[in-house]
Order: sequence, then C-alpha cells, then structure tokens
Amino acid sequence: MNVLKKALGLLWIVLGPTSIIFMFIQAFEKIGLAPEGVAKTNTALQWGIILFIFIPISTGLVVFGYYAFKGEYDKLPED
Amino acid sequence: MSQEPQKTSIFKVIGASSLGTLIEWYDFYIFGSLATIIGAQLFPADAGASALINTLAIFAAGFIVRPFGALVFGRLGDLIGRKYTFLLTLVLMGGSTFLIGLIPSYSSIGYAAPILVLILRLVQGLALGGEYGGAATYVAEHAPDNKRGFFTSWIQTTATGGLFLSLGIIVLTKNIMGAEDFADWGWRIPFLLSILLVGVSIYIRMKMHESPMFTKLKTEGNVSKNPLKESFSRKANFKMVLLALFGATMGQGVIWYTGQFYAQSFLENTCKLDFNDSRYILLWGIAFATPFFVVFGSWSDKVGRKWIMLTGMLLGIIFYRPIYQIFLDDTDVSKVSTEQVLKSEQPVVKRISADATTDVLYTTSTRITLISGMSYTKVQTATKYESGSPDTLVTTYKDKVLAAPVFWKFVALIFFQILLVTMVYGPIAAFLVELFPTKIRYTSMSLPYHVGNGVFGGLVPFIATLIASFSGSTPLSGLWYPIGIAALSFIIGAVYLSNKKPDHGEVE
Repeated sequence: MNVLKKALGLLWIVLGPTSIIFMFIQAFEKIGLAPEGVAKTNTALQWGIILFIFIPISTGLVVFGYYAFKGEYDKLPED
Repeated sequence: MSQEPQKTSIFKVIGASSLGTLIEWYDFYIFGSLATIIGAQLFPADAGASALINTLAIFAAGFIVRPFGALVFGRLGDLIGRKYTFLLTLVLMGGSTFLIGLIPSYSSIGYAAPILVLILRLVQGLALGGEYGGAATYVAEHAPDNKRGFFTSWIQTTATGGLFLSLGIIVLTKNIMGAEDFADWGWRIPFLLSILLVGVSIYIRMKMHESPMFTKLKTEGNVSKNPLKESFSRKANFKMVLLALFGATMGQGVIWYTGQFYAQSFLENTCKLDFNDSRYILLWGIAFATPFFVVFGSWSDKVGRKWIMLTGMLLGIIFYRPIYQIFLDDTDVSKVSTEQVLKSEQPVVKRISADATTDVLYTTSTRITLISGMSYTKVQTATKYESGSPDTLVTTYKDKVLAAPVFWKFVALIFFQILLVTMVYGPIAAFLVELFPTKIRYTSMSLPYHVGNGVFGGLVPFIATLIASFSGSTPLSGLWYPIGIAALSFIIGAVYLSNKKPDHGEVE
C-alpha cells in the first residue's frame, strides 16, 4: 500500500498544475467569447474569483502529492 | 475551574448547538432561494449591472468569504473558546439576515440597495464560515469517545434541516399571500422571521457552558498562542488538513450539493417542472432521508467513519447518470401522441411586433393534460419576417406537473440521492474533529470543511453549466464534474485515510 501511496503522489503533483492550466485556458476562452461591456467584465470577475481560489487549492494538491511521495502518509497518528 | 460543563446534559448541548446552526443554514439558504425576487426588487433593472452584483454576492460570499470566515472564527475559537465564538457568528448571521429584509427597494434608494445586499451577504458568508466548526467542535468535545459520531450527527442534520425550513417557509408564505403580494413585499417575511429564531437561539446558547476539553486546556495554560501558524505551518498537522480536504470533504461537498441543489435545479430548469412540484419533491425527499444522518453517524461509531463516507461517494459515482437519465426520460413530452391527450385547453395567443421592422413574434401557449395525469404548457413561438425569410417555429414545454406515480418515483430518486448525502455527511463532523488535537481543532477542521463544501460543492452549478457549454455535450454532461471530483476524493480517501480514530495523546 505504501508503494501505491507514493506512486499516486506523483500523479497528484502533476494533476495540480494541469488543472490550473486547464482552468486558465477555459477562462481565456470564456472571457473571449463573452460580449463586450458588462457581460465581459462579469465573466472576467467570475473566472478571476475561481482562479484566485483554485490556485492555492491546486498548490495544496501538489504539496499533498509531495508529502505522499515522501512517505508522510505511510504512518498516520492513528496507526 | 467549574465542573459545570460535565453536569450539563448532552442533549441540551446538542439542542442548543443544533438549533443555532440550523438557523444559520436557514438564513444562508433563503437568500439563494429568493435570489430572483431579491434581484427584481433590490437590484437595478439593467441586466448587466445586476448580474455583476449578483456574481459578487454569490461567488464572493460562497467561495472566498466562507473559507476566510473559517480562518477568522476558527482562530478566535481556538484562542478564546468555542462558546463565545459561535455565539458571535449567530449574532452576525441573524443580524445581517434581518437587515436584508429591511432594505428599501432599488426604486427608493437606488444603488445603495444592491450595495447593502452585497455587504450583508458577505457578512452572512463570513458568519457561516465560523459557525459550523464551532458547533461541531463544541458538541464533539462534550460527547463520550464512543458516541461522538452519534452526537455530532445531530449537527449534521442542520444543513439539510435549514434547507427544508427555508423551502417550507417560502412555499408556505407564498401560498398564504399569493404570488403577487409575495413578490411585492411578502418575500421579506422569511428574512424578518430570522430575528425571532436567532433571538431564541442566542438565549439558549448564552446559558451553555464552555466545552470541557477547551476549559481543561485553558486551565492548564495549554491554549494555542497562534492557531493559524500551528495548523498550517507544522507539517504534522498541515498534511492532515490536506488529507481531510482531498480525501473527504471535497467528495462530500459535491455529493451534498448534487443531491440537494443540482437535483432541484435540474428538475426545474432542464426538465421544466412546475415551481411547486420541484420543491415538493425535494421537501419529501429531505423529510424521508434526514433521520439517516443520525443512523450513519451512530453506525460510524461502531464500524469507523471512512468506509461509510466513501461508500456514499462510490454510489453517487455509479448512480448519478442513470438517475438523471430517468428524470429526463420521464418528463420528455416532445413525443406525446394525440391518443395520449385527455384535455387540451383553449390556446392563449400573444402577438409582439418589433418597433423598427414589421417582423412579428407570435407565442401560443396551450395547457395540456394527459390521460396519465401529467399536465404541461406547450409554448409555440413563431416569427414571421418582414424580409420574406421562411417563418421560424420553436416549440418548448414548461410548468410540467407530474402524475402521482411519477411524482413519487422522483421523490424516491431524490431520497436516494439525499441518502448518499447522509452517508458522506453524517459521520464527517466526528471524522474532522478526531483528526485534529483540541488546541487547534476549530481552525484546522473549519478550513477543509468550508473549502470542500463552499468551493468544490458550491461550484457544482457553475462548472456543470460550463461543461454543458462544450460542443457535443448533453443535458447530463454537467454531472461529470461531481462524478469526477467524487471519484478523485474516493481514490485519495480509500488509499490514504485510516479507518481508526487518531490518538493525539490527550486525556479527556
């Protein structure tokens, strides 16, 4: 199980930045498609808030993956 | 130090904590449920400006302010105690809800109206971020070790109970007053009513004592000096915060929001069910499923928290698409034949002509009742062009009222989804409380809870709509978001979580 925990750690490390890149692409696409004026500002605001909150979460996923890869979860306080 | 906390009946503790948390959820949900009416009354008629303020109110309150409230009040709760902190959140939530009900309309005070709504909505988000962790921690710290799941599960019923109460009061007020009066001023009643509920709850909570575990910590001088630093900069604790988020609350959040919000939105907006029908279905589903929060919370004391929560996620991953396909199939009236029609009322025709051209728009609405008992309105919109281009005809269906057997089938499907909510949500308070030591518990458990629920759960409608905008998508494509997040959380939870209770070396 510990080998699996470490191996999946690498996947989480990759998944963090991948999800953020995907969100940036979506943000640019959707903001670009929005009609000029308030609608564009509104779409930009929505995506700005989402990126603002998801960048630290994705960073957290990378840290989680790093901890898993380094074996931090091999032994938990309850084990 | 007083030994009073130990004498206090656990049921008084549960009652006082649950009532306050239920009212906080009620306050938070009535805004969402009445967003359309609030928009019409308090926001400018200009759709663009209105949408902008709405975005700030919904996105900022749910996604930024809620986790921020978790940090602010979590820190306070670990420094000065649970009782006074969650008393403060209750006052903030009740006060801001009451004040929303008093805001004059946009036609009276102009832009001050939506700005006041925005400010009060942000205060609501802040207060909600602080309330849950306090209530869960407070009850858990009174509960015996072997019944923590059972006792904290009562707190878990409050989110669903608050939704039930908000829907019930709105439907009741609207039915008593009539739709017109309700839209005019009656929508303020559910907001104003909050002050009574909060007043009672504050009175009860004032009589409660501080949690025995926090009191002991304070007596021994072991209260954390800097809960934020201890929670998030120490690897031993921070890794558990991350595990709680990615292995539990993230999946729990999407299951919660899909079962209770996305389901209703899907029935109303995609299946085009009647306003009351979609709400009654949800109300029955909630009423039947709510006791299971306590069942699963209690069961988790015996078999552990992990696999009950993960089973709820797995069942959601497997069954969401088949359930929503049934919703679509059973409300599809586009292929109804004339033999199936029992009664077709006199069509109502409206004619609208554009100012600058002689293009004319005709809408023909016909109320149709089928032999099966189902009824709906068929709307045919025809455009006749001045230029001589071929006329266009668009047919839509709305205000569908289901036949009794289909109605109860839908109640059963909603019940099943809320049953999954009770599986993931019933044991999670005990799970989170046990994951962290007393001195930084309020701070440490509040953040993953509100990121999981507020951000991952709260984004279900937005991301589902985003996915539905991709080319080749179907009405069910939006479900890939909750399914994907629940699957990710299930894998992380299954691989990394332990089914045993952590030992923090504390003597209780």
